[in-house]
Parts: sequence; structure tokens; C-alpha cells
Amino acid sequence: MTAAAETQAVERRQHSLTLYAGAVLVGIHVVIALLTLVWLPYDPSAMAGGRLEPPSWLHWVGTDRLGRDLFTQLMIGSRIALMVGVGAVAIGAVIGVTLGLLAAFASRWLDDALAATLDILIAFPTLLIAMLVVAASDTASLSTAIVALGIALSAIVARLTRILAKRVLLMDYITAARTSGTSWLGIVLIHVLPNIWPTLSVNFALQFGLAVIAEASLSYLGLGAPPPNASWGRLLQEAQGTVYTAPIGAIAPGVALVSLVIGMNLLADGLREAIDPTRQAR
Amino acid sequence: MSALLDVHRLTIRTGTTTLVRDLSFQTASGERVGLIGESGSGKSLTALAATGLLPAGLVAEGSVELAGQQVIGTPDNQLDQLRGTAAAIVFQEPLTALDPLKRVGRQVAEPLSRRARRDGRPLSGTALDGAVLALLDEVALSDPTRIARAYPHELSGGQRQRIAIAMALACRPDLLIADEPTTALDVTTQAEILNLLDRLVRERNMALLFISHDLPVVANTVERVVVLRKGEAVETGPVATVFGAPQHDYTRSLLAAARSFDDALEGRS
Repeated sequence: MTAAAETQAVERRQHSLTLYAGAVLVGIHVVIALLTLVWLPYDPSAMAGGRLEPPSWLHWVGTDRLGRDLFTQLMIGSRIALMVGVGAVAIGAVIGVTLGLLAAFASRWLDDALAATLDILIAFPTLLIAMLVVAASDTASLSTAIVALGIALSAIVARLTRILAKRVLLMDYITAARTSGTSWLGIVLIHVLPNIWPTLSVNFALQFGLAVIAEASLSYLGLGAPPPNASWGRLLQEAQGTVYTAPIGAIAPGVALVSLVIGMNLLADGLREAIDPTRQAR
Repeated sequence: MSALLDVHRLTIRTGTTTLVRDLSFQTASGERVGLIGESGSGKSLTALAATGLLPAGLVAEGSVELAGQQVIGTPDNQLDQLRGTAAAIVFQEPLTALDPLKRVGRQVAEPLSRRARRDGRPLSGTALDGAVLALLDEVALSDPTRIARAYPHELSGGQRQRIAIAMALACRPDLLIADEPTTALDVTTQAEILNLLDRLVRERNMALLFISHDLPVVANTVERVVVLRKGEAVETGPVATVFGAPQHDYTRSLLAAARSFDDALEGRS
């Protein structure tokens, strides 16, 4: 093995380490979320012990001010966070990619109109758009929050898709495919989507983190999933009053939130290295 | 013999700038025509206009008939049926003409299976794989099985151009448009690709529209030339006549430039 090949091998191992670390972090949350469907240590809405108990063997991260087991609520929080992330990104991706491709292929004025609309939407913070959508639907529920975040994310996805697709459409291989008789739909499916997918999927993973944080913020403001859905944001909000006497109540949901978001970001990085054949083979 | 490609008074403009003016020429089936001129003379635009694929913002006027079908003003979905079958293009830069994220075998398979579908004899699975390998073999790529599995960046420039040619051939076009197919290649590879094109065009009895700024290359490849200058045809005729007794100053200056370059290469001055 030459020296150059050796460096490449080391580099490749580092990439897979990123992927591995991300997969483990996200995997823990996925396993916990699946576990909550069949088993919970305690009833999440019943008193399981004294109020504001410190961590113990019975209550791994203690209890809240109503005596409910915090770890149980964190586990449910994992499920909610994953549902929000997957749901919001799926909605954002479908709307965003469709709009973005439409803009990229559209006539000049429609493209300009779409691009301007997207720019205006992006000027609003994701959270603000989501709050507006929740307010407009006048019931705060988990599904409303997911739809709201999905719509808010779609503008970012659409703009990215539009730019990426436009860049691909300028490439010679698109002209070559057109001259050999590939239809526009064929161009999208065979060339455009596969070529923008690596960048998009990395972006989706980042959006996933954004959505999870935004949902926590919505819940913190009381606009997210209502009780008994123990969103991490609501746990943080409930722990706010007792943050000096029982800091674990605020720290634990914070750590859960950060670990999932970092996990997703690491996974995104690792995935990008893994899917891109030009990097892989080098 | 009817003309496969009949360009009549073609004018291409963007805004107020005219890029190609009043260009007329024909390519009969089986005929090899060269389109020469310096860069920016509208050669490549003419090739794109022939298949109705001018970039947005460019407007074509006049008439371009491809296999008897008017191209200018015809909607894209109708032209899709014509593209590939009537004409296919090989581009100048083989790296960008291939999708970087697809194994080249699959890229060749794409037009191959489309043509088979059009002919009503769909190809798939091992039959398609076999046809791909046969085509790679036909463009003289050694070890087709290995190459079919490679990504474009894993191949050399010459190999990529052979793949691009294979993709054009996969369409089984009546007219092959080669837009500076050898410009991005080194001299040895250039000669190989030219021989390959020459052989394939003869074997398959295709018409060839060869676009180049390189006089010797054009002279050896085609029967008839159209000399373009700033979007206008200044001279048209058989290779021997145009290059042997150039009528127009511009053709003469092109010839002189090519000659002095050759002289410089051979150490004369």
C-alpha cells in the first residue's frame, strides 16, 4: 500500500467513525422510542414517588414537581421528537422538493415569482411561521405542530432544491440526455434527483435537528404537543421554576435534545461521505 | 436522396445580438458534413438548434427540418420522439457530458433501452447488459465488463469520450452530430477517436455533422464543409474545392493559420 493510499484509508475510517457515532446516538433514541410503544417504567401521568426526588435507582433522573418519573417522560419525549423530525422533514421535503423542481423548470416569470415568495418566507424565522400555522389552526396538537414545522421547513428545502436543480440542469449531460430523447420527467428522475440527493439528504438531516429544536420551542411556549405528550420542550418549561432546587429536571431534557440533534448532524456528515461515489472511490 | 437535416435561413438571436445569421445547409442521409469556424462563430448553437435544444433566452428563426419534421416552434414532447432517433450529439467535454453519479454502463443502458422501447422490442435484464457490453466493445473499449461498472471520474478522457459515443450510438440515430469531439483530448487519443468515429459512421451508414475549428481534422473526416464566421456561412462546398481553392478571405486566413502552425511544429518558419 502506498503512502497516499494509506492516508486515504485512514480518512475513510474517520468518515465511517462519524457515521458510526451519529448512528449510535440516533439509534439510542430510536430504540427508546420504539420501546415506549410496548413498555414504560412508570405511568407517565401518575405519581410514582415523592416530589422533585433526586436521581436514584428507582428514578434514574429523579421525579418532577408532581412526583412523576422523569425518565419515563424523557423516553416519551424521544418518541415525540423523532415523530416530529421525521414528519416535519417528510412534509417539508415533499412540498419543498416539488416547489423547488417546479421553479427550476418553470418559465422565467413563474420561477421569479416562486423565488421571490420563497425568499420572503425564508426571511421569517422557522419558529415564527410554525407559530402562525399553529395559531391559525386554533388547536395545539402534535400533528398541528408537525404540519406547521413541515410547512415552515419547506421554504428552505424549496430554495435549496431550486438552486441545486438549476445547477444540474446546466450540465452537459442534461443536454446530452435531452438530445438522446429523454423527456423532462425522465431528466428529473434519472439525472436531477439522484444528483441533488446527496446534498438534499444532508440538508434533510440538518432540518431534522432544526425541526426537533423548533418543536421543543413550540412546546416550551405551550404551542406544541399538549399533555400527556411529554415533549422535551414542555419538560424544560416545567423544570424552569425549579431549576435551582432540582437542576437535573432541566439538564436531562436538554441533554436528550442535544444528543439527538448532534447525532443527526453526525449521521448527515457520515452519510454524505458514504453516498458520494466520487469521494468514496478516491 | 432527401435531406436528413435541412437548415434553411436559420437565424439565432438573443435580445438584439444576432449569433447566427441566415445559415442554410443540408445533410443528406449517409453524408458527412463539416461545420468549421473559430470559437464563437455559432457552430455549437447550430447543432443545438438542429435538435431544438437552444438554451432559454435564445430565439431561433427560419427553418430547421430534421427527418422531415420542422423543429423550430415544435413543442418539446413531440421533439422528444425525434431526438435520439433522428439525431444524437457527442459533445466536446466528455467529463461533463456524463452523469458523475452513475456507473457508465447504466448511462449507456438508458438510451439503449429507450430506443428498444421505441422500436417495440423492450430490452431488460441480462439482454440489456449484453447489449451494453456489445456497444462498449464496438467503441473499442478494452475490458468492457470492468468499464461498465466504473464511474466517469475513474476513466480517462479518451475512455469517457468513447462512452459518450457509445451513448449516442445506443440511440441508433440517422444523423450523428459531433460537436468538437476531439478538442478536449490529447493528440494521440484524438486520432483514435477520429478513426473510431469514421469507422462507426461508415459501418452504420449514419450521416455525420462534424463541428470543429480544427481544419486538418475536418478535412480528413468529412466530404463537404460549411465555413462559418461570426454566425454567417462564408463558404460551402466539397472539402477539396474549399480547402484547395478557397474563395473567401476568411477561409484563406484559417488555412494560412493552420499551415503556419504546422510549419512551426515541424521547425520551419
